[in-house]
Amino acid sequence: MDSKDLEKGIVQLIKKAETELPKDVITALEKAYKVEIGIAKTQIGAILENIKLAKKTGRPMCQDTGIQTFFVEVGVDFPEISKLKRIITGGVKKATKDIPIRPNTVDPFTGVNHKDNTGDNVPYITWDFTDGSDVTITALPKGGGSENMSKLGMLKPGVGIEGVKNFVVEEMIKAAGQPCPPTIVGIGIGGGADLSLKLGKKALLRPVGVRNNDKNIAKIEEELIKRINASGIGPMGLGGKITVLDVHIEKAHRHPASLPVGLAVQCWADRRAKMIIHKNGSWEVK
Amino acid sequence: MEYRFTLPIKPEDIKKLKVGDILYVTGKIFTARDEAHHLMLEKKSIPFDPSDMGLFHCGPLMKKVGDRWEVVSAGPTTSSRMEIFEDKFIEKFKINLIIGKGGMGKNTQKALQKYICIYASYTGGAGALAAEKAEEVENVFWLDELGMPEAVWIMRVKEFGPLVIAMDSHGKSIFNRN
Repeated sequence: MDSKDLEKGIVQLIKKAETELPKDVITALEKAYKVEIGIAKTQIGAILENIKLAKKTGRPMCQDTGIQTFFVEVGVDFPEISKLKRIITGGVKKATKDIPIRPNTVDPFTGVNHKDNTGDNVPYITWDFTDGSDVTITALPKGGGSENMSKLGMLKPGVGIEGVKNFVVEEMIKAAGQPCPPTIVGIGIGGGADLSLKLGKKALLRPVGVRNNDKNIAKIEEELIKRINASGIGPMGLGGKITVLDVHIEKAHRHPASLPVGLAVQCWADRRAKMIIHKNGSWEVK
Repeated sequence: MEYRFTLPIKPEDIKKLKVGDILYVTGKIFTARDEAHHLMLEKKSIPFDPSDMGLFHCGPLMKKVGDRWEVVSAGPTTSSRMEIFEDKFIEKFKINLIIGKGGMGKNTQKALQKYICIYASYTGGAGALAAEKAEEVENVFWLDELGMPEAVWIMRVKEFGPLVIAMDSHGKSIFNRN
């Protein structure tokens, strides 16, 4: 297997994510443009123009190219599992120079920038295992402005799902214009503290407009979209009808004494791209 | 109302600008985030005069081509992080245009009124659009010390916008709608 070629694939994966927004997000933004008027419309208009320019010029759509975050599904019959981490890290370093993407990894103690988007425990990779021999890598570059609005609520189980809903709405109103609305909100309910936040982030991988398979959860997602949009925060917090493009919920069973709610907030630049590596080393980016 | 101004904007023009107005600017702007605010306030003297430039809350993505820097992507960063510095910053450096996103707090609001200054919101994440409006990178300061996002970049922009006047010099803010 040609590691250098696969590193090129990782560069292409990151470039696709940073310069081309998924169709489902663009469609949702186009709908928002139709609904909004005045200042809100100018904001969505600027976003849509920006998206077009980024694709045309190959410039990252946002200067905050994020912390490089990958969700990897490894087919257990893939022959070179041990090389994958090195290939991803090598690809991130190469992408920093080639695309380029902003050097975004800073040592929390010294403040020194690592200058290549790698460092201790980053890029951030989540590994899952599945049947078959293909590897699917999903890139989700995550910007700082929206990440700073993440929240963990260790609620008392007695508040029930109503309490969960109120927590989410209140936090999104507090966040106001800071996470670059219209946002996509990922909510993980249950598990423990870390799992709820992880599920919240994983929920962001679901395309905009796709509801949870569970009808009752899907209804709650719709209710939350309505309630957050009723706040009037609007695009960039400047007032308007569309504050969230979507709300996605994932759940895990919880401890009887705990009701963790992990809130992951994604800016309108809901950047996602997929790379599939086959067992013979060939790959494609979607 | 929609306005097009060349920087620096005259105080009488700053006073004309009201919350909700749209603004496009041509001229020189400099970037400064948390670290640059901190450093510029600490230093007795700095190597450039910010008073005729707009302050842009931005950590840009730049690329060196030969011996020149080019703007690749340069949208605004969250302004509220600079709230702890901004009133002192406006007073010390005599700036009258701040460009950022998400809005600022009470201390900045007071300083905007006292020193006749405005806060304009630029569409967050619209980095490619901003880069298209940046004609030239004139200089960079403290790049080695602070790194690319936190360094102070001076760039010449043309028809930079649409900026929405979000906090004006009359004490109004778009973020406190009631």
